[in-house]
Amino acid sequence: MSDIKTAERPLDQTGDVLLEVQSIRQAYPKGGGADLLVLDGVSLILKSGEIVGLLGRSGSGKSSLLRIIAGLAKPVSGRVTWRDKPLTGPSEGIAMVFQSFALFPWLTVLENVEIGLEPLGIPAAERRKRSLEAIDLIGLDGFESAYPKELSGGMRQRVGFARALVVHPELLLMDEPFSALDVLTAETLRTDLIDLWVENKLPLRSILIVTHNIEEAVLMCDRVVIFAANPGRIAAEIKIDLPYPRNRNDEKFRKFVDDIYGRMTNPYDPALKMERRAADAVATAGVAMVLPEVSPNLLAGLMETLAGEPFNGKADLPEIADELTLEVDELFPIVETLQLLRFAVVAHGDIRLTPEGRRFVDLDVDARKHLFAAQLVAHVPIAALIQRVLQERPSRRAPYTRFSEELEDFMSEEFAEETLKAVIDWGRYAELFAYDEQAQAFSLEDPE
Amino acid sequence: MPAFHPSLALRRPQRFLPSVWDALIFALVIGGLLLITLGGRQTFEPLAEAAKTPISLSPAMLPEYALRTTLRMLAGIVASLVFTFCYGALAVKSRRAEIVMVPLLDILQSIPVLSFLAFTTTFFLALFPGQVLGVEFAAIFAIFTGQAWNMTFSFYQSLKTVPRDLDDVANSLRLGSWRKFWTLEVPFAAPGLIWNAMMSMSGTWFFVVACEAITVGNTTVSLPGVGSYVALAIQQKDLAAVGWAVLAMLVVILSYDQLLFRPLVAWAEKFRVELSVGNAPPPSSWLLDFFQRADLARKVWRPIGEFAESLMRLRFSRKVRAPQAVAEVWSSRWFDWAWFALIAVFALWAGWSVILFVGREVSLREVVAVFGLGGLTLARVLILIAIASVIWTPIGVWVGLRPRWAAAVQPIAQFMAAFPSNLLFPIVVVGIVRFHLMPDIWLSPLIILGTQWYILFNVIAGATAFPNDLREAAASFRVTGWAWWRKVALPGIFPYYVTGAITASGGAWNASIVAEVASWGSDRLEAHGLGSFIADATAKADMPRIVLGTVVISLFVVLFNRILWRPLFNFASKRLRLD
Repeated sequence: MSDIKTAERPLDQTGDVLLEVQSIRQAYPKGGGADLLVLDGVSLILKSGEIVGLLGRSGSGKSSLLRIIAGLAKPVSGRVTWRDKPLTGPSEGIAMVFQSFALFPWLTVLENVEIGLEPLGIPAAERRKRSLEAIDLIGLDGFESAYPKELSGGMRQRVGFARALVVHPELLLMDEPFSALDVLTAETLRTDLIDLWVENKLPLRSILIVTHNIEEAVLMCDRVVIFAANPGRIAAEIKIDLPYPRNRNDEKFRKFVDDIYGRMTNPYDPALKMERRAADAVATAGVAMVLPEVSPNLLAGLMETLAGEPFNGKADLPEIADELTLEVDELFPIVETLQLLRFAVVAHGDIRLTPEGRRFVDLDVDARKHLFAAQLVAHVPIAALIQRVLQERPSRRAPYTRFSEELEDFMSEEFAEETLKAVIDWGRYAELFAYDEQAQAFSLEDPE
Repeated sequence: MPAFHPSLALRRPQRFLPSVWDALIFALVIGGLLLITLGGRQTFEPLAEAAKTPISLSPAMLPEYALRTTLRMLAGIVASLVFTFCYGALAVKSRRAEIVMVPLLDILQSIPVLSFLAFTTTFFLALFPGQVLGVEFAAIFAIFTGQAWNMTFSFYQSLKTVPRDLDDVANSLRLGSWRKFWTLEVPFAAPGLIWNAMMSMSGTWFFVVACEAITVGNTTVSLPGVGSYVALAIQQKDLAAVGWAVLAMLVVILSYDQLLFRPLVAWAEKFRVELSVGNAPPPSSWLLDFFQRADLARKVWRPIGEFAESLMRLRFSRKVRAPQAVAEVWSSRWFDWAWFALIAVFALWAGWSVILFVGREVSLREVVAVFGLGGLTLARVLILIAIASVIWTPIGVWVGLRPRWAAAVQPIAQFMAAFPSNLLFPIVVVGIVRFHLMPDIWLSPLIILGTQWYILFNVIAGATAFPNDLREAAASFRVTGWAWWRKVALPGIFPYYVTGAITASGGAWNASIVAEVASWGSDRLEAHGLGSFIADATAKADMPRIVLGTVVISLFVVLFNRILWRPLFNFASKRLRLD
């Protein structure tokens, strides 16, 4: 490994404030009035010598915040201060690594890495030297003249890292850098990165990483900032004081992971209270409930896993996530839908099957559909509404717009579309009604 | 190689009903043309120079003529490229410009080039009175108009679909707009651009040949080139000369293809951003392979390459930021309205001038008659496209499903599409005269002669790209006969067919202007239709009728595209995409 001159950074203490985010609000204009609020008054401080993780589900605004810090987007209100100066665009000293690697396909590895150095006005020989050093550091020695097409996902992301590190930034931003990689490659890259950080070989002072993988956050970060969604805001901040390198099987590690799962699924935490759902809000929300698109197959699968060995109907969320290798973004919608339909109950990081859930697992296909239909009508108001309207009309048909317009009174167009898609999927599975996509109309299928 | 129509890459459905904007822009364009002619008409002068070196019919002169034609072609492409970069970049960077420039492109794409040949020739002649240069410019401009719109559209659409993460990288590395343009935007657009340039070339040979020898009123323009050679051959009823010209053209197109375009297309594969796994083998070119492997070639290329790179690295000084107040006004909605109002005023004024100009000499009854003629040509185009589709689609599917046949036939079909069919017209005309056939019916196939190949090779491309597993599923469930066509093959190739049919019909409209009036020596055959109307008016330099004809034919083409092809396109992109 080569040695790159690094900034002075004592490992045990974090130092001065590098980045200050003050009351950032971000919103996107949507047709028809209200803007979609993505970030609501988010404030954050980043000091040198630390790795900070932004953790949350999709839609919680963490990627938007990262883009604002990278200077790629402007917030509606609020300020970002970088090295005591306000941020007006992509700044010197900040570099970014992308989820999709974002390499130029027509440049070789070496050219891709060099590209960030030219705007800095560095002469050609020096550029070449630095790029080769960065490539060597990140473990890509020998691939300098390869094109991205020839590289695997993990190698491509290494190029992404080399490109970001070669400009010697002080802050490295990472937008879900490992989520597009398979599990093994991601793990290798993570440990390599942490090793380099610990050995002080990275020319960096701090790292800000966005992730939706709870274990990754605990593995890598000194501080984890948990985001809530709708609108995006900070729900909690957790300091992780474990020494590097961290062990997943360590008891303290597991406690941190459990803690975070618990915080993210706590229905009584006011900071996490979302406009979308909480068990009690269901009854009062009426049709104004945004539903996640979760296929009945996934619901059935999770219930069956839960009912079987070794859980027997009750499980720790991190355990079941591990068993099914599901990330937060995939697991939480399933879990919430199960809770909505009263097939399971979730609290403090634990999930437990209800009697209906247990029954579901033991029934055959047709009976499952009946049970599903019953739960759907009982607990999802929009499904009950659709069924009622279809029954009232003599033609037993109703157009899509009848329901989408009603939903759009309470939520944006996109959410209405998403919700109706979910209901259509569930209604078709439950044989509650039929939907003709071409004619865009619901109709009642006669029950057997 | 799959035919890539950029519009199919855009997922959002395009509007097919003409909007107010389209009407305004339409009026602007026609008005602009009118202005050009009115300005030029005053300083009209006969060309004495060109008459000094008459065209000779000896085959020995053909290589020189072919060379001149080719050089004109190259000049046209270079001009188109420069235009493409400027226009496309401007349309993407400025929202206000975009609102005007995109419908403008759309309409320009639809106006048959040959109909306003009279305008442009007159204009350039007036610009360089008494010199051959003016005439050359007129020919090059015709080539330019054949190429530029297609390439610009492709470039514009590529710029709009640059992957967001690459855009983010370029911004976060602070490359600056100039560097970003050459490092990201142009390379990304390169495959589509080169492919479209190659496709437009096919139509352009047609124009070159048609406008090397045209008669506008008292002026007969005869540039040394293959087109004027053939025109003279027609005048002198020399069928052998026509044959020589056809041969020369074959050689020219072949060399153009092998020496210029195939290497470019193969090189452009390097820039393709792999968004999905392609199943067609990448295009290859023997010349490119030779170039890349030959050491000497690389040594020669290196200084040029380095020079280009250093140009790219130019850093322009930081933009001076306009004072806040000015910037605010510039981007306010109020200014938007002012801009729209300005455009509307110009457009209305242009439209009114056109109506006045035409109305002075043409009665309303004649206008209605011209619309009737347009209907006739429309009927011709529709019927012939339908016949060509029925003939070539099954053949195309059959060939496309057999890879070895496809590899052999497709280049031939592309070649046939490129070959200017107007060189073959005299042969057909001789036939009609000899057998005393009705021009109205028998001149019609000429319209589709050159453009039917677009349908063929696009269908072949569609059948080649048809996923193998769907074919196997159909075979294993023993779907055969008409059901197979209706449920498997036709929906599968439909998007490609539509691409081919749109190009074919556009070419057919253009061809109608030279196909509906055909002569052989002193025999003159005329079919009733809009094309012959425009051709006649051009020969007589009857400006008001030329304007009228152009307006009517453009209207027909634009409406035809919107009402027939766009909905089919939207249907194809929504329902029949195979990804």
